Amino acid sequence: MKIDFKHVQSAHCENGVTTNLLRHNGLVQMTEPLAFGIGSGIFYIYIPFLKINGGPAIAFRSMPGKIFKQTCNSLGIDIIRKTFSSKEKAGQFLDDCLKADQPAGCQVGVYYLPYFPKEYRFHFNAHNLVVFGKEDGKYLISDPVMETPTDLTEYELERVRFAKGPLAPKGQIYFPKEKKTVSAEQLKIAIQKGIKGSVRDMLYIPGNIAGVKGIKYTGQKIKKWRDKLGVHKAGLYLAQLVRMQEEIGTGGGGFRFIYGAFLQQAHQYVLNDELLEISQKFTTSGDMWRNAAIQAAAIYRGRATEQADFNNMGDRLFEISELEKAAFKDLSKIKWQ
Amino acid sequence: MKKAELPQDPGSLNKYTKEVCYVVDETGNYTTGLSSGWDIKISALDVTWSDIDNKTSDAMQKVKSGEVSPLFYYMQLRVMDLEIMAAYTGFWQWQIKRHFKPSVFKNLSDKKLQKYASLFEISLEELKSFNQ
Repeated sequence: MKIDFKHVQSAHCENGVTTNLLRHNGLVQMTEPLAFGIGSGIFYIYIPFLKINGGPAIAFRSMPGKIFKQTCNSLGIDIIRKTFSSKEKAGQFLDDCLKADQPAGCQVGVYYLPYFPKEYRFHFNAHNLVVFGKEDGKYLISDPVMETPTDLTEYELERVRFAKGPLAPKGQIYFPKEKKTVSAEQLKIAIQKGIKGSVRDMLYIPGNIAGVKGIKYTGQKIKKWRDKLGVHKAGLYLAQLVRMQEEIGTGGGGFRFIYGAFLQQAHQYVLNDELLEISQKFTTSGDMWRNAAIQAAAIYRGRATEQADFNNMGDRLFEISELEKAAFKDLSKIKWQ
Repeated sequence: MKKAELPQDPGSLNKYTKEVCYVVDETGNYTTGLSSGWDIKISALDVTWSDIDNKTSDAMQKVKSGEVSPLFYYMQLRVMDLEIMAAYTGFWQWQIKRHFKPSVFKNLSDKKLQKYASLFEISLEELKSFNQ
């Protein structure tokens, strides 16, 4: 049993699953940048009291699950989303979907994913993939970050669907409820909604640890890391920042390049040239994040370990914070015809 | 980032897949490109793993010197923490902490040890005979 499902590789897993599932269900205009932008995927947060693998908890994107949910919501597409307490029922439900010709999005943990390199297998439970068939007892898997489709045995798939720990997937399965097309006008409204949501998240979220204020806050913290943590541990913290920013799934530059691409594509539906100018600001921001990563690498490789080097790193984040603040302010001022 | 500047530094991911990156072409339009990696982020992953490896060999020393039980070593080896171990085994975190004590560990029932052995993907015997 194999559903005719088109695997298109994407930068980020949830974008890719959302895009590929929606396209399969008739929404041919959907692209990864559109899904990311309509789903208000762009974000920044540094949670100082939380540790991930002993390092700082930093994210350049919104909460897992939001992109699929909000993209479908804004386009008026009903979704099915289920979690399970029983592994048998989760397996049965998946098989029923496949029999009904419905490819299914699944949330999984990456630690036990056999087709990932060992170096990438941390206990991270918010990865996403699509199951689109079952042949010879193996599930056919479209993992959007991989170049080609792959497969998993029943045991392997069950194991990653029931990975435990933070963000445990609990067998979560999701897909659009029905086949649907949407008009250019609907897309336009959804784009506006997505942008407004991101403006709110990045400029007006309360507190100082998230949004553009969170970027500045991280810069302030980094300047203190050398004294507080010592050069070695501070270096590890910076390496974690760089991984969250640049690793597979981000499209480079902490998702800022995908957002730049989104604003360019949005221009096809919202004919306002300001979108193109603001897109360039996000390109600049992504480039500045990457230059900051080069500075961070000089620190964690042990080539630049003075306080001045940490100050340099912190100042870079201040600049990025200012630039993104200006870019989101510009977005908030756009006149939607 | 310009398409022509997309780095192609082979890292550990390279044997498995190339990754999609968003880049700008000569005319200023966004497009995607495939990258085999970037040495900046490759070294970020390298220093992270060398830290994990150091912690694992420290844990091994602590087990050998009788400071902690083998469970502590396996926790490091499998990149876990108390929260993850508790979620998989069904023990409370304080119970697991107690099981890290060699004196408590040596009196654990096979049933309890089996839960840990399954989690760490080793045999019960391997776990029991670890420090002998």
